[in-house]
Amino acid sequence: MATLEVSGLKKSFGGLKALNDVNLSVQFGTVHAIIGPNGAGKSTLLNAFVGRLIPDAGSVVFDGISLVGLQPHEINQAGVVRVFQTPEIFGELSLLDNVLIPAFSHRDGEFQLNGWSRAAEQAHVYEVAKHMLEDVGLYAKRDMTANSLSRGDKRRLELAMCLAQEPKLLLLDEPTAGMSRADTNSTIDLLQRLGDGKVTKIIIEHDMHVVFSLAEKISVMAQGAIIAEGAPEAIKNDPRVQEAYLGGAHL
Amino acid sequence: MMNTLEKQDRWLLFGFALVVLAGPLLLKPFGAGYPDLLQKFCIFGIFAIGYNILFGLTGYLSFGHAAFLGIGSYTAVWSFKLLTMNVLPAIVLSVILTAVFALLIGYICLRRSGIYFSILTLAFAQMAYNLAYSVLTPITNGETGLQLARDDLRSVDRLFGVAIQDGIPSTNFFGLSMVGYSGFYFCAVLLILSFYISMRITRSPFGLMLKAVKSNQNRLKYTGINTRSYALTAFVISGCFAGLAGAMLAVTDPLAGADRMHWSASGEVVLMTILGGVGTLLGPVIGAGVIKYLENIFSSFNEQILNSVFDFLPDAIQHPVVTFVGLFVGEGWELTLGVLFLVLIIFVPGGLMQGLQSLQRRIFPARPTPAADAARGAH
Repeated sequence: MATLEVSGLKKSFGGLKALNDVNLSVQFGTVHAIIGPNGAGKSTLLNAFVGRLIPDAGSVVFDGISLVGLQPHEINQAGVVRVFQTPEIFGELSLLDNVLIPAFSHRDGEFQLNGWSRAAEQAHVYEVAKHMLEDVGLYAKRDMTANSLSRGDKRRLELAMCLAQEPKLLLLDEPTAGMSRADTNSTIDLLQRLGDGKVTKIIIEHDMHVVFSLAEKISVMAQGAIIAEGAPEAIKNDPRVQEAYLGGAHL
Repeated sequence: MMNTLEKQDRWLLFGFALVVLAGPLLLKPFGAGYPDLLQKFCIFGIFAIGYNILFGLTGYLSFGHAAFLGIGSYTAVWSFKLLTMNVLPAIVLSVILTAVFALLIGYICLRRSGIYFSILTLAFAQMAYNLAYSVLTPITNGETGLQLARDDLRSVDRLFGVAIQDGIPSTNFFGLSMVGYSGFYFCAVLLILSFYISMRITRSPFGLMLKAVKSNQNRLKYTGINTRSYALTAFVISGCFAGLAGAMLAVTDPLAGADRMHWSASGEVVLMTILGGVGTLLGPVIGAGVIKYLENIFSSFNEQILNSVFDFLPDAIQHPVVTFVGLFVGEGWELTLGVLFLVLIIFVPGGLMQGLQSLQRRIFPARPTPAADAARGAH
């Protein structure tokens, strides 16, 4: 069952065709990797999914809802949650607050005028936040401000924030970039564990170690189009992929 | 953890209420223990508390909040003229009408953020200021200002047969006079109530979202939050506080002039909030108090007073000292404010509250809390 159906997606910036007729079908509960050289249009594709840019043509349908033209917060409320390439967190707030915000968003929706109740008394939401922080190993630092974290910890925090929303579709834009090997491996573990087959994940990654440890299906992008698609083993041996992406070198 | 925070808040509210109610005694040694000035402290405290809900929590710097102060004042005076000298309808109507205006103005201004938002709010306030002097003179009475008259309608008062005495009747809260100490205590209760409301908002999930708007609006959008709705609600709430403050100004002194909407009045509330501490609960009230104190007390110092203060110095030194210090008092009180502001921004950018906190830490070194320990241990 396809949970995300992308067809005929086009986007040009001036003369540059960033997305040139992209067709993509992502199966429910799978980990789908999108790889490709720099400038292939991978991040543009994600931007079109989450409403950061509006495509010139084509459709993006998630769970029967057309995402094109919706506001970013509406797309998020539909269950599509994005982890950014550079961590987007609430730097001045505590780690706990950082995770409480998406937990409240998940419970209350896009707007709720609950200015009289105490945030600290919402036990259920606190449990969710606590659980998420424990999951990424940051619970002990919950009272620190997010800005004081290391880069790797910031990524983990952002991941915890996204998971606190219980997403249906998680978009990961290079989730391990700039991480040490040990951190990368623990992130792979975390991504494998979470969702229990109920969360669909799309992952953009340059690190082939990560891609081949996680992905069940791989799409290869080059020059704004998907040039190959298939299981990891098939992609590894596809000569077109080696040509476009790896410059002929063997994996 | 949750309980201690709640307990702290309760003590903070209790302490705040105590200090405000004991204001006449506490401020007497500083020459500020008279009702007129105390009322001003309270009213501008309310104004700053409300402003802080917008600027302190969401980070949107409005440069036109004096417009709401003016709208509140005009509405209150009209309520006195047309309905009754009782202040309750005046206050309620002012808050409602300001909310409507804040909704309209906020809806337009919040289409932009940062400096463009500030410019838009400033434009609206200046528009209101100029309209009050020109097209709207039937409502605002132009440069003379809106005043009460002996033959005002006061329909509700007449309906209930409230005796019309000689001269202009005075404002009251079901008979309680709004001048002197009873007036001050009325303002004080409203200030404490405002402080309580702002405390509740700050600690609520709604307040958390407002802080998130300030911290990273982009992330918040991609977290499924309609950031503009939150910012607009904060704008309207802070507008209501400004309307309440405007109404209180008219309650304690029933006339309304357009100068209340001048841009310098909008700037003043920004100064109050920054001086006291942006985003803190107590800061804006303290900032409002300091500025109104300087405005009223420092500006009343003259050469004679200074001469008597520096009398102990030899004549040759006394004269230049008095001349120099004289620059900073009387009409030059704003110079003192400027110097104070400069010193604060450079040395304690978090305002007086940050200054007080670091002073407290220096005198009483913090006892390590379990949470902080855990954080350090894991680092």
